[in-house]
Amino acid sequence: MLTFTIRRLLLSIPTLLFISLVIFLLLQLAPGDPMAQVPLTVPPEVKEKMREALGLGQPIHIQYWKWLVQVFWIEPQVFIDYLTNRSALFSWLPDTAFSEGKLRVISWQTRSPVMDIVIQRMPQTLWVVGLAYIVGIVIAIPIGIYSAYRHYSVFDQAGTFVTMVGFSIPPFFTGPLLIVIFSVYLGWLPSIYDTTHVVNDWASFKVQFMQMIMPVMVLALQTTAQISRYMRGAMLDNLNQDYVRTARAKGLKESVVVMVHVLRNSMIPVVTVIALGMPAIFGGAIITENVFKVNGIGQLLLTALRANDLPMVMTLTFIFAVLIVLFNLIADILYGLLDPRIRYD
Amino acid sequence: MTEQPIPASPVEADLEFMKALQDKGPQKPPRSQWRDVWDQFRKHKGALFGGSFLIFITLAVIFGPYIWDIDAKKLDIRNKDWRPIYTLLWDGDAKAGWIHPLGTDQLGRDILAQMLFGGRVSMAVGWMAMALALIIGTAIGVLSGFFKRMDFWLMRFTDLILSLPILPLVLLAVTLFGQPLRSQFGPEGGMFILIVSVISLTSWMQTARIVRGDILALKEREFILAARSIGTTPGKIIRRHLLPNVISPIMVSATLGLATAIITESALSFLGVGFPSDFPTWGKQLADAVDRMQEFPERVMLPGIAISLTVLAVNYLGDGLRDALDPRIRGR
Repeated sequence: MLTFTIRRLLLSIPTLLFISLVIFLLLQLAPGDPMAQVPLTVPPEVKEKMREALGLGQPIHIQYWKWLVQVFWIEPQVFIDYLTNRSALFSWLPDTAFSEGKLRVISWQTRSPVMDIVIQRMPQTLWVVGLAYIVGIVIAIPIGIYSAYRHYSVFDQAGTFVTMVGFSIPPFFTGPLLIVIFSVYLGWLPSIYDTTHVVNDWASFKVQFMQMIMPVMVLALQTTAQISRYMRGAMLDNLNQDYVRTARAKGLKESVVVMVHVLRNSMIPVVTVIALGMPAIFGGAIITENVFKVNGIGQLLLTALRANDLPMVMTLTFIFAVLIVLFNLIADILYGLLDPRIRYD
Repeated sequence: MTEQPIPASPVEADLEFMKALQDKGPQKPPRSQWRDVWDQFRKHKGALFGGSFLIFITLAVIFGPYIWDIDAKKLDIRNKDWRPIYTLLWDGDAKAGWIHPLGTDQLGRDILAQMLFGGRVSMAVGWMAMALALIIGTAIGVLSGFFKRMDFWLMRFTDLILSLPILPLVLLAVTLFGQPLRSQFGPEGGMFILIVSVISLTSWMQTARIVRGDILALKEREFILAARSIGTTPGKIIRRHLLPNVISPIMVSATLGLATAIITESALSFLGVGFPSDFPTWGKQLADAVDRMQEFPERVMLPGIAISLTVLAVNYLGDGLRDALDPRIRGR
């Protein structure tokens, strides 16, 4: 298992390099000019200087290499510096200055390092997306179990219908719909997510809770629909197996048979689906963040795209790719761990 | 060694058996496979609804603009902000009438005409992108399943594409390549080509994997061996023997592809990176109406319901097709 994990980890390096190359070439092929917004009165030689300052004068492979160095070599150094200088956990270590005077990936919009902005925006996205995923899973698994156990019952039919509907309604429709109902007509929930809100007592926690309900539920609906379908399918496959009959024949209680024997075996495919679905929900978060005005990384990507801020777009897209590769890896490893029949080595 | 006892008259004994084996009633006429599929499909109420709704909406958006022939882009500022006709039921003074059954928007464009025209765009993008993705996916799946030399590299390639972040990349491609294609093929045509190709290039992978798996299993069967041994060329084997046998997984993934293509196109329009702003699509209508949804909730609801119902219908159709095309479930 360990060799398999290491091999998979090593394999993900060329994958990530390939992905970064694809994104980079896509951005290079794109005809958008970062100098397009510069006023026409600026003389051409000044423009040329500005281009060079942005690193645009050099050949493509050198630009790509520089980006790679900045992301994989300099950014970790910045992170180590941050840990030893300012973080609470490691500040007892001697202060380091690995990254001093080195160039980082700079955003063309704000002229500040891209990673700093990403780290500011990350918590909002992680809170909304992570919570939505957990809520979705917590709702989906019992629904899946019960509709498989009572196959073709009214609950199963209704559950199948609801998951089908949840599957089909896009988040950019459920979002406005919920806003109209709960913010406009009923006035219960705020329609805009306030990211500057600080939680320090019960009242502010309540405000935070209220403003998270809608974005989280919109994202959770998609997850619930998908995972409960998988859960139901996996349970149905297992309920007809011989070992279930054996367990019943031994005189085990029905709850033990279903909740221990069948559930454990059905969780194997579901856990991998949960891991594999994680990147998709980050993608879905782009739309949900746009609907509820959450300023997370999805919203950051959209504004960067509109402003033609190529370093920001490149880095953000790459972060999404890292997430996908990482969760694919987790899914593979979990599959091996949970199912002793499948060991890849 | 003892000799087997030979019956006195074997012919008589055989006749005895044959009588017992003979059918009592007249034989049923043979049924074709597609007849069975249709019978199973008919049992699935949701699939039947989905299929007929999909046909209805496709016909409506194809022929609707000829019957309701108001131009969807025509501005009529004097008659702006009409409400749908059903508002008259509870509010007699509402600005509504049969000239604009679903009302008009803030620039006086007829909403029914916009819905029909926008649906035409959304459905066209959906069908085209789905067809392209199927062709690419099937080709790659067949090639890598049938030819061992290509298998490794094609599948690595598929895995790589699968680990690309799709929505960010689609957004990227559409924003970056929109301008040059627009100048080449006109504002609408260029965007149509771009969106269709971007969606299809990012959604063929599942089809390829499923087709490859099925081809790998089919390739080892006796009928392929037979075909090979009478000298059938690989091209003929693929066309005559393999493709007809993988048609059912292809059809199921076609429905999934159609649903994702419609949703992706609407999402792009919703985020404001799709078609030009005066060109109605369901996603764009929805996005435009969000700002004033307190006063005119119907403008959000109508396109939203249209998208959702179409996708729901397609998903149900896929569900029914999967059951109907699976010979293990059929006949149960």
